[in-house]
Amino acid sequence: MFQVRIHGRGGQGVVTAAETLSVAAFLDGRHAQAFPSFGSERMGAPVVAFCRIDDRPIRSHDPIAEPDALIILDPTLVHQVNLFSGLQPDGYIVVNTERTFEDLGIGGVAARMRRERLLTLPATEVAQRVIGRPVPNTVLLGALAELTGIVPLGAVVAAVHRRFPGALGDANEAAATEAAGYARAAREALTDA
Amino acid sequence: MREQIEGSQAVARAVALCRPQVVCAYPITPQTHIVEALGARVKEGSLAPCQFINVESEFAAMSVSIGASAGGSRAYTATASQGLLFMAEAVYNASGLGLPIVMTVANRAIGAPINIWNDHSDSMALRDAGWVQLFAADNQSAVDLHIQAFRLAEELSVPVMVCVDGFSLTHAVEGIDVPDQESVDSFLPPFVPRQRLDPDEPVTIGAMVGPEAFTEVRYLAHARMRRALDLMPVIAAEFAAAVGRGGGGLVEPYRLEGADLVVVAQGSVIGTLCDAIDELRDEGISVGALAVTVYRPFPVDAVRAALAGARRVVVIDRALATGEGGFLAADVRRAAPAGTPLHGVIAGLGGRPVTRASLRRCLEEASRGLLGELAWLDLDTTLIEKELAGLPGGTDVHAGPHAG
Repeated sequence: MFQVRIHGRGGQGVVTAAETLSVAAFLDGRHAQAFPSFGSERMGAPVVAFCRIDDRPIRSHDPIAEPDALIILDPTLVHQVNLFSGLQPDGYIVVNTERTFEDLGIGGVAARMRRERLLTLPATEVAQRVIGRPVPNTVLLGALAELTGIVPLGAVVAAVHRRFPGALGDANEAAATEAAGYARAAREALTDA
Repeated sequence: MREQIEGSQAVARAVALCRPQVVCAYPITPQTHIVEALGARVKEGSLAPCQFINVESEFAAMSVSIGASAGGSRAYTATASQGLLFMAEAVYNASGLGLPIVMTVANRAIGAPINIWNDHSDSMALRDAGWVQLFAADNQSAVDLHIQAFRLAEELSVPVMVCVDGFSLTHAVEGIDVPDQESVDSFLPPFVPRQRLDPDEPVTIGAMVGPEAFTEVRYLAHARMRRALDLMPVIAAEFAAAVGRGGGGLVEPYRLEGADLVVVAQGSVIGTLCDAIDELRDEGISVGALAVTVYRPFPVDAVRAALAGARRVVVIDRALATGEGGFLAADVRRAAPAGTPLHGVIAGLGGRPVTRASLRRCLEEASRGLLGELAWLDLDTTLIEKELAGLPGGTDVHAGPHAG
């Protein structure tokens, strides 16, 4: 089973991200489960959502305590919420930021992980430019797909179109695809270095 | 067709497939998505001639359901928590009148203190109100049980409450198979009311009954309810034949063969429990589980049969009878073989997650005989020590912090 925990703030599309990822996995023929961390959600408050992906039916309904991957939509949460709790040592982290892990003050966490499984990218900026809205969630899913290979980008794109029909879907597809390219370039840069 | 959808949306589709004629509800978290989705279907005309009636409270939601059902319509509503308590008087009227209303309860804690999260306190508060209560273990069973609920309700003329864990199921997006209309139509015939209020042939229902016959009225209601225990397995089998998917009916066993320790539970904890049991079995601990699907009337014989080989029983309750312990535990105690140690575990109150890790820890302790008669899963004693220290003297006991 592959487990993803998504952290962000109300209004950033945290719950939609988990749901869309689960639909992508479903369209890819896997079993998937997505659910929010049921708070009294409101704009700006910290929000967590979860997604499990497996080849067998998923029975557990408890929150994900030991994620294989973290998506962090808002880097200001880094020092407010215990984001890295339970993260597997060979896990993945995707952070929506222009800064580096070191600049964010989480170089220590990064140092314990496999470098090629960590990614920062300015997803809000990409979303604003490509979609016209500062909602980074689908951008980050494109990056996660490329980084982890847990679902193919095509499945993410198909799920995005289900969620956002028409031109908005096209824009989200373009943004997710750009993010996947960003993740690929980052990996290639590491390999070259 | 199997789809990746939210539990609430799946329940709404299942209810829509049952062709309700009147849906009325008052919004309350975490039930709201279900009736919102049904309202949208009524508005777009796909549920015609169904009427969606906006009401001013839960009391009105049940009262309108009663009127609709007594008028001969298939009636559905949904609620949770304080909403269920607010309609309590009408809940008893629905069963007293023998009206086959189906209601979803998206299980949620009851205040005070206010809490919007999941536990079973609401359904438990009305467990003996004359309604059949079915508990869904996952979203697939939530879908399947709603369709079976209409059949059961109408065959018995008894209202049925389908209890679905708020948030953990209602808000979870999963692969769920919602049957097609043809299969549901073949399983669930149109509603033919036993009695029907008709202005052209006026009758009175629910009139005053005095001491000379009230006991007999209750006796008949009791007898009718007990029939649910015979009927539910038949209905489950017919449902399985119609949609090609099985369901056990009263209870659902998991790895009971040779299990020394049997864990009895209901609701969404079942899936997590099954995963915990697989891990414990791998470690050589002989443990199995029993999910109670039909909670009212309580299937005492089926539970007794399932516990026949148990040397020790653990019962997980997602609600607390304050000052007593667990509701389910009290029921299971009636069914457990005499002399078998039974441990009630209070878990997951007010939305506290019931994790696989905690269940494992608890069951390991139980298997070593270390669990008390009443245990509390993940109780944070640091939060209560100071309060408890003030309790024994009696004079300085004060009510404030409990509500804080």
